[in-house]
Amino acid sequence: MSWATDTRAGLAGQGSTWRRVLSPTGNTGDAVFRVLMLLVALLMIGIVLAMVAALTADSMTSIRQFGFHFLTGQNWDPIKGEFGALAFVYGTIASSLIALLISVPFSLGIAIFLVEQAPHYIARPVGFLVELLAAIPSVVYGLWGIFVLAPVLRQYVEPPLAAVFGWLPLFRGTITGIGLLTGGIILAIMVTPIVSAVVRDVLAAVPGSQREAALALGATKWEMIRVVLVNGAPGIAGAVILGLGRALGETMAVTMVIGNRPQISLSLFEPSYTIASAIANEFTEATGDLHLSALVELGLILFLVTFVVNGIARVLVWNVTRKTGGVGRAA
Amino acid sequence: MSVSKSVRLVALFSALALLVVSIACNGNSSNPGTPSVSLQGAGATFPNPLYQKWLSEYGKVHPNVKIDYQSIGSGGGIKQLKEQTVDFGASDAPMKDEDLKAAPGEVLHIPTVLGAVIITYNLEGVKAPLKFSPEVIADIFLGKIKKWNDPKIAADNAGVTLPSTDITVVTRAESSGTSAVFTDFLSKVSPEWKEKVGAGTSPKWPVGVSGKGNEGVTGQVKNTPNTIGYVELAYAVQNKLPVAQVKNSAGNFIDPSIDAVTAAASASAGSTPDDLRVSITNATGPQAYPISSYTYILVYKNQKDAAKGKALVDFLWWGIHDGERFAKELQYAPLPADIVKRAEAKINSVTAGGTALR
Repeated sequence: MSWATDTRAGLAGQGSTWRRVLSPTGNTGDAVFRVLMLLVALLMIGIVLAMVAALTADSMTSIRQFGFHFLTGQNWDPIKGEFGALAFVYGTIASSLIALLISVPFSLGIAIFLVEQAPHYIARPVGFLVELLAAIPSVVYGLWGIFVLAPVLRQYVEPPLAAVFGWLPLFRGTITGIGLLTGGIILAIMVTPIVSAVVRDVLAAVPGSQREAALALGATKWEMIRVVLVNGAPGIAGAVILGLGRALGETMAVTMVIGNRPQISLSLFEPSYTIASAIANEFTEATGDLHLSALVELGLILFLVTFVVNGIARVLVWNVTRKTGGVGRAA
Repeated sequence: MSVSKSVRLVALFSALALLVVSIACNGNSSNPGTPSVSLQGAGATFPNPLYQKWLSEYGKVHPNVKIDYQSIGSGGGIKQLKEQTVDFGASDAPMKDEDLKAAPGEVLHIPTVLGAVIITYNLEGVKAPLKFSPEVIADIFLGKIKKWNDPKIAADNAGVTLPSTDITVVTRAESSGTSAVFTDFLSKVSPEWKEKVGAGTSPKWPVGVSGKGNEGVTGQVKNTPNTIGYVELAYAVQNKLPVAQVKNSAGNFIDPSIDAVTAAASASAGSTPDDLRVSITNATGPQAYPISSYTYILVYKNQKDAAKGKALVDFLWWGIHDGERFAKELQYAPLPADIVKRAEAKINSVTAGGTALR
């Protein structure tokens, strides 16, 4: 019954009888609509809970066998029946962070250009092309990654990086064109259309009066854009979170270029592995109960990782928006 | 307009009538006339192209039997067979003893064709096919041999100028029968491999990067200099990859070919157990290619439904006889004659309610 209390709290001051709660306007149609929408919302929560329950139930074998060590162990050996997820968690988070580091500046640039600078006859087709990127199946990105991106990185990008920044552990190791960096770049390309499309809509929604006010006070175009960005900060953060979600869960494209090796290495050139790819790769031929159970537990962990990372991102957004004084809430 | 409308209506109704009749026929399929039977199978992805060919060819000669095959992977095939959600399963590796025990009935292994795993590489300037001893392959994949000009590699390849570059090992990322056959071979030829890694569909590779699928491994080998990897023979032939010769247990370096794979099965026929569950890697024949393996269709010895069981054994019989001629064009090795005989006996032993189906 807690939903009723919530609803009531939301309508504080409007009375407390059931009839009034369900239908403040006294209209039956409204009441029916409210109940329907409430059911839909509850269904979503129910689905999430059911998924967590099912994942937990199916991973019990593995949870009992390994306990907390599953999270801290790095050894993943299906033949010997030893399973530890830490390397997969690392690979998932690291590749997503690389993706965001690359894609966010690009996305912001694209959005600013489209909203603030490009004339209409350029903004439309460019915007369309960027959105088209989002429609390409991820396996196509993966194949493009193997056949085009990886060789380019191996020949033209990674050797200079190693030469200039080789003193950092990040850029040491064998250069094969396949690895964490390549996975992160593929993800960045896949995330960019989503983030930039949302940021573009956010910037477009910032009232024109803000721009006019800034310009009227003698701001340059760049200063005016900064005002717009600060205004749109919560929405931009929401866009980034959306991109992060996409990056964390991406499977096919990443698995084709990341090297699929469960290891924790500081080097961006070394192969890595993500949770989603591991599940996709091993599930079909996993015969042992323990192996299957461990894979399901990986799924549960991905769920938790997504949850925690999203949570952290939201807290960050909340802090930032309070400081910058932006309006509205995070998407 | 109205004419075409009524024609359409008539067509619709006759289609409906046909549907009803066919459903009714399905209901009493014990009827000896022309029963329409539908069979479901699932399992290994490796023989899928051949099985799909079989299904379409068999459908032409036996239009009353409808067979579907889902290539969901060997593990899934065994699982679905155990749960009796399919009429037959398919697996590259034979079922393990504990899986057989867990099955609700006796399971027969019917070998259908053979496949092989080949070693491919990307080494600039090397024209002649490279040669590898089994121990050298194991050491490379263990990470013990790190450079292409290692004396152990050079010993097998006199006259070939090998570069002093690092070897990049490329393996299969996802669980696969290809990896199982390859690691089974390495476990037989290298005690160290057996102890450290072992054999299975998803081994923990000591070194290297992993690509997804045959195409992923091929892509990485093709695009990265100084790599070595393994893929299915059929895939290598279709994509014209450089293919290494591997030394067999008779001491000969063998070029992987369909005939060399059949030779491996033939050479192992004597030591093949009665249930036909056998690994033929590192086979003994002088012409045997050492990284070869069977792929199986799995069926219950006692069929619940006589009509379905009859259709199934007829299909299997057709497969190991008429079906074999489609094997070569799809780069699978056909069964040797003596194994066909033994598979026949297996098919003939299938019963329904105590009576033989063939």
